[in-house]
Amino acid sequence: MSNAVPTRDGFGKEIVALGKENDRIVVLSGDLEDATRAEFFKFEFPDRFFNLGITEQDVIGTAAGLAKTGFIPFACSFAVFLTNRAYDMIRIDVCYNNSNVKIVCSHGGVTVGEDGATAQCLEDFAIMRVLPNITVVCPADVYEAAIATRLMAAAKGPFYMRTSRAAFPVLTGQNDPFEFGKAKLMREGNDVTLIACGIMVHESLEAAEMLAAEGIKARVLNMHTIKPIDRKAILAAAEETGAIVSAEEHQLNGGLGSAVAEVLVQHRPVPQEMIGVHDMFGQTGNPMQLLQHFHLKAGDIAGAAKRAIERKR
Amino acid sequence: MLPVTTKEKVLSVKEIDINRLRETASQIRKDIINMVSRAACGHPGGSLSAVEILIALYDYKMRYRSHDPEWEDRDRLIVSKGHASAVVYAVLAHYGFFPKEDLKNYRTYGSPLQGHVHFGVPGVEFNTGSLGHGLSVANGMALGGKLRKNNFKVYCVLGDGEIQEGSVWEAAMTSAHHHLDNVCAIVDYNKVQENGPTNEIKNIEPLASKWSSFGWNVIEVNGHDFHELISALDAADQEKGCPAVIIANTIKGKGVSFMEGNYKWHGKAPKGEDFEKAMKELQ
Repeated sequence: MSNAVPTRDGFGKEIVALGKENDRIVVLSGDLEDATRAEFFKFEFPDRFFNLGITEQDVIGTAAGLAKTGFIPFACSFAVFLTNRAYDMIRIDVCYNNSNVKIVCSHGGVTVGEDGATAQCLEDFAIMRVLPNITVVCPADVYEAAIATRLMAAAKGPFYMRTSRAAFPVLTGQNDPFEFGKAKLMREGNDVTLIACGIMVHESLEAAEMLAAEGIKARVLNMHTIKPIDRKAILAAAEETGAIVSAEEHQLNGGLGSAVAEVLVQHRPVPQEMIGVHDMFGQTGNPMQLLQHFHLKAGDIAGAAKRAIERKR
Repeated sequence: MLPVTTKEKVLSVKEIDINRLRETASQIRKDIINMVSRAACGHPGGSLSAVEILIALYDYKMRYRSHDPEWEDRDRLIVSKGHASAVVYAVLAHYGFFPKEDLKNYRTYGSPLQGHVHFGVPGVEFNTGSLGHGLSVANGMALGGKLRKNNFKVYCVLGDGEIQEGSVWEAAMTSAHHHLDNVCAIVDYNKVQENGPTNEIKNIEPLASKWSSFGWNVIEVNGHDFHELISALDAADQEKGCPAVIIANTIKGKGVSFMEGNYKWHGKAPKGEDFEKAMKELQ
């Protein structure tokens, strides 16, 4: 494993590369391009960059209008502000109109840190994945953030991608295959499957190490696409390992764990334990303190894995 | 066979026969009443107020090809007050975008002529119906036009109640800040919203100075007078470097005496005697 980088940097670098290749790429910002890394694009392509000020609803609507004239707009801000403040615009202007808008938001989860609850987005997976037409993505590391940026620009239709502020280890290779809707197998195992997205993939891999020390072989699936969810990988995990743990930096209600459970209950019910935030708002602290506070650490995942395995009997 | 309307050049005022436009307005109003009555639901009041605005756009001002609605150089119209779907569909059918017979399917199951303006209908640019969205979308199209160095114009029809939405003013700042002189907003100022007079529910006055303080070129007209509307649409092109707004003073339910100015006809279809009376008045 190499050094730690935030996923927002993967987006920032790749959007510049795309901008050089394709003059239809435009970027809109709600005055947070320094934080989202959209400013990398601003410096290179000032004519195709629009900081619309602190007006999230306008950012989304304007992006939809640009899409309807043949551009590929990336709309960027903090996850809380775009997905929550501009929800009706995402619903109507982007999803209902099936506009070719890519919404890329940084500052997902509690690892936003010291800024506290108002800046920590814990509900974006839930509210984005209930909308028709949109693909919902949360990359596990900087390389996945980059390749997802590239592939969503090439794909037609609405996308939402959450990136992180906190730096976490690089887990994948720069040239690893990546396909939306297809989970990446990070570690093989047949006693339990840990299904995670974003930085929780890293925590899940650490949990798998802890479990291995106790003789438990955990499979780890990187579910970078929350919608459409990889039903095939989930059902194979249920069939082959018989117990599931979902892990996300998000409310337990309606997020990745819920999406996994929806597949399991309809097709192959097996025990599932869910790691996530228990119906609470975030708070101030550094990322590591907050992961511990909200029970999102590798040890919590390993404990949940053992409970899930226990329930098999 | 559809009548094909190809308007690739803007007409001059003297080429327009105002009497013909008035006859068209009368026909469109009958279409609206027929559509909402047949559907037994809909929004006649805000459709009747916008009849002349839409006719002035499609008959006089906008460049389009009704047989080729996606023509790249066309002027665009976003009807942000998406509940005025009856007038939009009636006007598009009149100008040849689709057969007039299809209007009978308005608001029926399986029809693209959905209750709120829907882009499944030829000539419609964008789905609307949730208020306060259209001006941002129009700005995005206008920015796109400037980036592509295409000189199409983007029109956006707003309701007066609608501009109580804060998002309209976010967009209004963007149009001015980015010097979008290819945007023209038209406020259908019919003074009435769903539950009463607009300025009793939440006063939007002083309306003209609000827009002008946001950096817009403001033109006020009688929104049922074709001469004034046409002149205003031309005047809106004159000032470079800033967007223009036409405040069209209109009457909600215009043309049907018992609907005029009455909020109860914002979202209700006339039936029985009311229908007969409305149609008689529109003859």
